[in-house]
Amino acid sequence: MELSQRHHEYWRKNLVITAILLSIWFLVTFVEGWYARELNSISFLGFPLGFYMSAQGSLVIYVVIIGVYAKYMAKLDKEYDVAEGDLG
Amino acid sequence: MSTFSHSTFNSQLKKYYTFYTGGFLAFLVALAIAEQMGMSRQWIGYCFLFATIGLYAGIGIMSRTSDVSEYYVAGRRVPAFFNGMATGADWMSAASFIGLAGTLFLSGFDGLAFVMGWTGGYCLVALFLAPYLRKFGQFTIPDFLGARYGGNIIRTIGIIAAITCSFVYVVAQIYGVGLITSRFTGLEFGIGVFVGLGGILVCSMLGGMKAVTWTQVAQYIILIIAYMTPVVWLGLKHTGIPVPQFAYGVTLQKVGELEKKINSDPKELEVRKIFKDRADAANAALKDPAKAYADGKVTAEKRVTDLKTANASADQIAAAEKAMAAYPKDEAAAKGQWNKEKGLAARAGPVRAHADPYPGKDEAARYTAKLNFLGIVFCMMFGTAALPHILMRYYTTPSVQQARVSVFWSLFFIFLLYFTAPCLAVLAKYDMFTNLVGSQFATLPAWAAAWAKVDPSLLNITDFNKDGIVQWAEVVIGGDLIVLATPEIAGLPYVVSGLVAAGGLAAALSTADGLLLTIANALSHDLYYKMIDPSASTTKRVTISKVLLIVVAIVAAYVTSLKPGDILFLVGAAFSLAASAFFPPLVLGVFWKRANKWGAITGMIAGLSVCVYYMMRTYPFFTNMGVPKMDLWFGLNPISAGVFGLPIGLLTIVVVSLLTKAPDKETQELVEHVRYPHLRGDNVVSEAA
Repeated sequence: MELSQRHHEYWRKNLVITAILLSIWFLVTFVEGWYARELNSISFLGFPLGFYMSAQGSLVIYVVIIGVYAKYMAKLDKEYDVAEGDLG
Repeated sequence: MSTFSHSTFNSQLKKYYTFYTGGFLAFLVALAIAEQMGMSRQWIGYCFLFATIGLYAGIGIMSRTSDVSEYYVAGRRVPAFFNGMATGADWMSAASFIGLAGTLFLSGFDGLAFVMGWTGGYCLVALFLAPYLRKFGQFTIPDFLGARYGGNIIRTIGIIAAITCSFVYVVAQIYGVGLITSRFTGLEFGIGVFVGLGGILVCSMLGGMKAVTWTQVAQYIILIIAYMTPVVWLGLKHTGIPVPQFAYGVTLQKVGELEKKINSDPKELEVRKIFKDRADAANAALKDPAKAYADGKVTAEKRVTDLKTANASADQIAAAEKAMAAYPKDEAAAKGQWNKEKGLAARAGPVRAHADPYPGKDEAARYTAKLNFLGIVFCMMFGTAALPHILMRYYTTPSVQQARVSVFWSLFFIFLLYFTAPCLAVLAKYDMFTNLVGSQFATLPAWAAAWAKVDPSLLNITDFNKDGIVQWAEVVIGGDLIVLATPEIAGLPYVVSGLVAAGGLAAALSTADGLLLTIANALSHDLYYKMIDPSASTTKRVTISKVLLIVVAIVAAYVTSLKPGDILFLVGAAFSLAASAFFPPLVLGVFWKRANKWGAITGMIAGLSVCVYYMMRTYPFFTNMGVPKMDLWFGLNPISAGVFGLPIGLLTIVVVSLLTKAPDKETQELVEHVRYPHLRGDNVVSEAA
């Protein structure tokens, strides 16, 4: 079938949110890891920041990334009328 | 299915598992009371072993099925929340449950590569794979490759890759099962393997994915209770609050101060000097072993005669005679001993700071350590997003949106354990620095005395400088000790130790279940049904799958009983292989319509080959067998071979696809079909009933 303009727009928005969330993922994983030594000179909640991020901070952000994606996409599905029937 | 039945199903499940959790807690209390009344440790071990395996088998029997959709994908009605728990148990293996905290304890910051890698990979699952695979909606990962790229070649490569990485991984799990059962019940290793295997088989064979899913939920509940209980107690002891995960920064600081103290303590320096001297002596002897052997023998004999002529005390003479008798019989034996002594050099160095990333003697060494850290993170993450037994789980949710939400719950439940492990490592270290170091050898803490006696490979304390006091340099710890001994370190009754063993067993069994199912399905569904006999009836397909499951399980148990070398490397290798083989064709399959059959075929082969080539040429196991050794690329260890395999696989797909014909219209429509949760007027039907 031919996809409409709306469909293409939906997919574009999906790619945009994916790219944004992926950049955040990259930042808190690889950039953070690269500078862990430098970050450790900052103290956060009593932890050296580099250690804290790798042990907890980045993990929390991963959970949030996935949560935001699920919420955003549910909204987008409805907005562009590509949502499935309500399956609970 | 209507909304009504889905929500009733969901609330019914919640009720069942709430009752179940309550029942399990009651079982714990009952056992604790029995322990107070004098029940022996061995019996507590048996109770945990048989009660939990019996329980899993019971769920397996209740969920037995021979319906294809129920057997392969649990009828596609597993709510997101429960699929999250099941994925959590499927994901967390014996290595995560027992090994991770120990790795963190021993290698400090650098161990966090696994914590980040094994959680962050779910971002890739969520953003790149889960919703699209669910929309595609068949049974296996080779199914997707076969439909998207067409033809049996790609499916076959998919089958081989899926079986290879799952098999390598399942061997490590069965090994864990044998280890735990034998440790906590005194059963022999081999028998332990088969008791565990029985539990796995009853469950997965009778009910396939359906039974495995519902037992995995039950197993998750046990494993998380088992992991948290001792940590909460240890946290109360050292930080004063029951959620030490948020407050162990203070403990980490104290650990840092104690590390400095240990590194400047004269007694510690004395012990480390002994190690250095002994290592130096061994190195010197190894330069001319024949002479050193003869000299040593003469010296030992001379000492006895000297003491005798000098009329020394009987004790002294006896000691010298004992030393003479213990002198190696020949040069070869002496060489072995010296080679061992040489290793003491590793214990002569100062303690590494726990929170310090990438330690090294100079800037170059630190740089290599950093690259290796990031390399492991990379491979673990992309491997997570490519292991078939995990991806398969997202076929089981009722809808695309539920698949997205399900990844969220998966990571949430996994996160609970992974953000606790670094905390446990720090608390355990603090406890040992304060209660073990500086204590008298005559009055060691009870747990230390007990474990040192039971298993010297896990805990070994020797008074090298003969001052009667424990120095940190005199303690050798095996990583697995941390989780296994935490209940005793925290001063909890033995019931909690049994609980921890049951948790470790649940972790190993649940992962093994998922993996065995993946292998059996690849053979029965992808190989037999899709390629050999497409007209096979559904009953025949399910029966073949069940038979294959037993065969695979027995082969895996046999390989395990051979105790193949380094388990951690095997697990790492499975991730690197999966990342190199599956990630590029799966993701490009959804996000790039132009990716075609030949691109995918050559890309998968290229990725796998590079990965295997690098491991073969650099990993000692292979190079010792005669494969010519080569230098590491960028200093990256063989476990991170996926760093090279994945990009090359990706690049090959792009280049070869562009050089060959674009995929046909039908394939392009399939890609559009999986991109949208629901398309009005869409006539592509990919979901299998």
